[in-house]
Amino acid sequence: MTGAPLSLRRRLVLQLLGIAAALAILLYLTVRTVANSAAEATQDGVLGAATLAIAERLQGSETGVSLDLPYEAFSILGSISDDRIFYRVDANGETLTGYPDLPMPADEAAAVEPAFYSTTYRAAAVRVAATSRTVLVNRKPILVTVAVAQTRQGQEAIAQRTANLAAAIGLAVFAFAALLSMLTAGSVLRPINRLAEAVGRRGPHDLRAVDHPAPIELRPLIASLNGFIARLRGALSRTETFIAEAAHHIRTPLATVRTRAEIALRQSETDAARAALRAVIRAVEESSRSASQLLDHATVVYRSDRLADGPVDLAKLLHGLVRFHGPTAELRDLALELKGAESPVLVQGDRLLLESALRNLIDNAIKYSPPEGVIELGLDLRGDNVSVLVKDRGRGLGGRPADDLTRRFARGDNVGDVVGSGLGLTIVEEVAEIHGGSFRLREREGGGTCAELLLPLR
Amino acid sequence: MRRIATALAVMVLMTCPAAAFETEEEEVFAARGAEARSVSVLSTTDTDVLRPAIEAFQTAHPDTALRYVVASSQEVFAALDRDGAAFDLVISSAMDLQMKLANDGFAADYTSPQTGRLPQWARWRDQIFAFAQESVVLIASRRGLQGLPVPQTRRDLTELLRDHPEVFRGRIGTYDPRASGAGYLFATQEARQSDSFWRLAEVAGGLSPRLYSSSLDMIRDLKAGRLALAYNVLGSYAGPRLESDADGVVVEFADFTLTLLRTGFIPANAVNPEGGGAFLDFLLSAAGQALIRDRAGLPPIDEAALSARPHLRPIRLDAGLLVYLDQLKREAFLEEWSSAMSQK
Amino acid sequence: MRFLLVEDNPELSRSVAERLRLDGHAVDPAACLSDARDCLGAATYDLILLDISLPDGDGRDFLKSERRAGRDTPIIVMTARAAVSDRVDVLDLGADDYVTKPFDFAELEARCRAVLRRRGSALQTVRSFAGLTFNPLTATLCVGEDVRELRNRELRLMEILLSAPDRIFSKAQLCDRLFSYAEAVTDNAIEVYVGRLRKKLEGSGARIETVRGIGYRLVQE
Repeated sequence: MTGAPLSLRRRLVLQLLGIAAALAILLYLTVRTVANSAAEATQDGVLGAATLAIAERLQGSETGVSLDLPYEAFSILGSISDDRIFYRVDANGETLTGYPDLPMPADEAAAVEPAFYSTTYRAAAVRVAATSRTVLVNRKPILVTVAVAQTRQGQEAIAQRTANLAAAIGLAVFAFAALLSMLTAGSVLRPINRLAEAVGRRGPHDLRAVDHPAPIELRPLIASLNGFIARLRGALSRTETFIAEAAHHIRTPLATVRTRAEIALRQSETDAARAALRAVIRAVEESSRSASQLLDHATVVYRSDRLADGPVDLAKLLHGLVRFHGPTAELRDLALELKGAESPVLVQGDRLLLESALRNLIDNAIKYSPPEGVIELGLDLRGDNVSVLVKDRGRGLGGRPADDLTRRFARGDNVGDVVGSGLGLTIVEEVAEIHGGSFRLREREGGGTCAELLLPLR
Repeated sequence: MRRIATALAVMVLMTCPAAAFETEEEEVFAARGAEARSVSVLSTTDTDVLRPAIEAFQTAHPDTALRYVVASSQEVFAALDRDGAAFDLVISSAMDLQMKLANDGFAADYTSPQTGRLPQWARWRDQIFAFAQESVVLIASRRGLQGLPVPQTRRDLTELLRDHPEVFRGRIGTYDPRASGAGYLFATQEARQSDSFWRLAEVAGGLSPRLYSSSLDMIRDLKAGRLALAYNVLGSYAGPRLESDADGVVVEFADFTLTLLRTGFIPANAVNPEGGGAFLDFLLSAAGQALIRDRAGLPPIDEAALSARPHLRPIRLDAGLLVYLDQLKREAFLEEWSSAMSQK
Repeated sequence: MRFLLVEDNPELSRSVAERLRLDGHAVDPAACLSDARDCLGAATYDLILLDISLPDGDGRDFLKSERRAGRDTPIIVMTARAAVSDRVDVLDLGADDYVTKPFDFAELEARCRAVLRRRGSALQTVRSFAGLTFNPLTATLCVGEDVRELRNRELRLMEILLSAPDRIFSKAQLCDRLFSYAEAVTDNAIEVYVGRLRKKLEGSGARIETVRGIGYRLVQE
């Protein structure tokens, strides 16, 4: 997908709001139209009644048409609204009384029901009701037309009030609909959010299939997600296998090279040859170590998702490691001292990963310690946690922040000639994280490093 | 009676060539300070009545000059309707003509905090605003009544006239509605309110009533002993003039007493509508209303007074006023009135 | 010591055998499991060096069957499978120790010694020279009744010198064998250990002689 990131929620809310707005506008227009026509009908009714009342007062006599204009007709017209009133009474086409320039109806008005029309008079929009009566003058019928006009200010005021009311109703409906649409969007998207949260809560290496209750619409997504996770796991597994195979295939020839180099070194007579051979051995050692750590790291990544979740006795693990590393330490006259491991200390986790992490820590301590020193290993119970301490008298962190050193392939500035890949501490940190613990490196007082792996007790 | 108060006062009839209508007085009140604007007012109210209010207005607006032109209500109507004269404020006690002018589109909309405070019955739309409410009363002379009781209702009056024709023959005064706009308004409104008007007219018509076109003339003749009663006199004129006279009595009829609203509006063609509005606002303000009451002798707009004296009936400021201005209606009414009054 | 070397890669097998022989050990190479069984039938070995991937089977099966048959000749597995799981497996199956190819011979020797020491081996490795007895397994020098413990580097220096008394070993040669190839040391670093060993040899008839500009040799007074 390209373009601006889409938010389902925003989209849903916007669409619902759009619908709400359309409905509100429709409602507004409807209320206005209905109310306006009602107001107009009311005004027409009053105007018509006034016109008829006037027409009823028409009287014929021998001399002409007389009209006794009823006071109440005008008074009532005025009582509904203070609108201006104009009228005109024509007999036989001549204006009898009223405003002679008031526009009359185009055709002859119906006798009984008044005709209504809108026009402009004296620069004001007016509504006119007109009706006709036949009056006998000297026994001759004379057509008399009565037209009463009223300005529309009152109706406009009503229309304005109605419009305001309609607008208020429309706004209220819109506000209500907006609220509902928010709620709807929330409830529709809640399963998605929950799923996203459930997936998001996972650790960085959790590659278990997603097994989260979700609406049927989301099942294809979950199926695809699980398919993807499975493929990712497969890829990781193949990566691990590949690294293992590669390591395996490279190690035997490397061993041969190294052995031959050692033999040659033993027999070499010149310093130049010796230096060259030492370099060869160092290179072999370096590549072998890097391969190991790459493999360890791949293992950490691969195993973390299906953590062999069992009780691990850190005390026993440390004893085993001390035994294993004893000969290596001994080569440099280093002593490995283990404290606090007299009785079992159980944590929940993956033995292989924990061993891998601790092995890396001890390996580092041995590598970086000056000969004839002591490396202190310890288990320290702290409430619900246990900290595994590996302390050496080596070169410390060289003033760099510990965070730097746990990045992949990062190495201290002070490693000098010591062989290493820079992956060791990364592995330790990842293992700590997977187990819900933490890893800390700090300078020891009096020199050296204290590495602390804090793990929750079982 | 008329004081010429300022040196700038000019009394002319023909100073304004554009004005074909007939004016009675014209006075220019010069601005107190440097003149920045000028307001012209066309009014049916005598200059002296509103002089204190005008002077107080100019104290508050020292940069405003005010031209005050007085004309009869018919002439005021004609000035706008016929001549299209330009004034910034038109004041008249002829409510029906004011209403007609507004209805026919001569009035402009005007709103201000002052107009907003007016009760609904004292205004029409945002165009006509009343600033005084004046009762229409009966005045009587005790001497003229010759010991007869002072009537308190129209029925009292009708009976009194019927029972004592000798006392009242030729000694009753009232408006001639054919000659006076105010008289026509009072008569039509009364006729509309009650049938007792026609009964009274019939009885009075048999007693050779004297017909007037001005309240002041009726008051003058009553005080002079030429009249025993005068019917439909403006209370605001009668009150102050009979106050000190032990002989004169002012009666507000208990059955109902018409109450006239003196109104003003700003014409649509005003040159300085803001100025007209400012003067109108001043008349409607608490200070203006107090001045109208105390110095002009006009009762200010007072809703409490109406509820305290329920017989007072303000003439409704609405479209109904147009009805009696109808040509046919007027002819029919005056014909009926004439026949009632000419009964022997 | 006598080794059985079970390794199918002929190059590596030849090289390792040759290297071990340089240190004075006896080595019988076997290229497959059946050869190995033949050898075990014919001779007794102090240690078996066992590869895992062999043409006729898995070294781990061999390990299992040996242990099940009650034969407990110490076995050190040489594995090219460096995965943690592989390393853990072989110990669980009864191997005494393991080294990952390519291995450091000094380390291999140290591991062998550690295995034998743990097993309480009756292997007669004690050597006598000029009134002292040297036991590399226990890392002791006995001068008369006096037992002197040697640290690892002193022990290895003693071994080297004692492997050829009177022969002059250059400082460089000694350094190569005493220090790991990963360590950068000057040839003079060896003087510290020579000095210490001389003290431990005091009272015996043996003495480390400095041959100016050339090196050291072990001589009898």
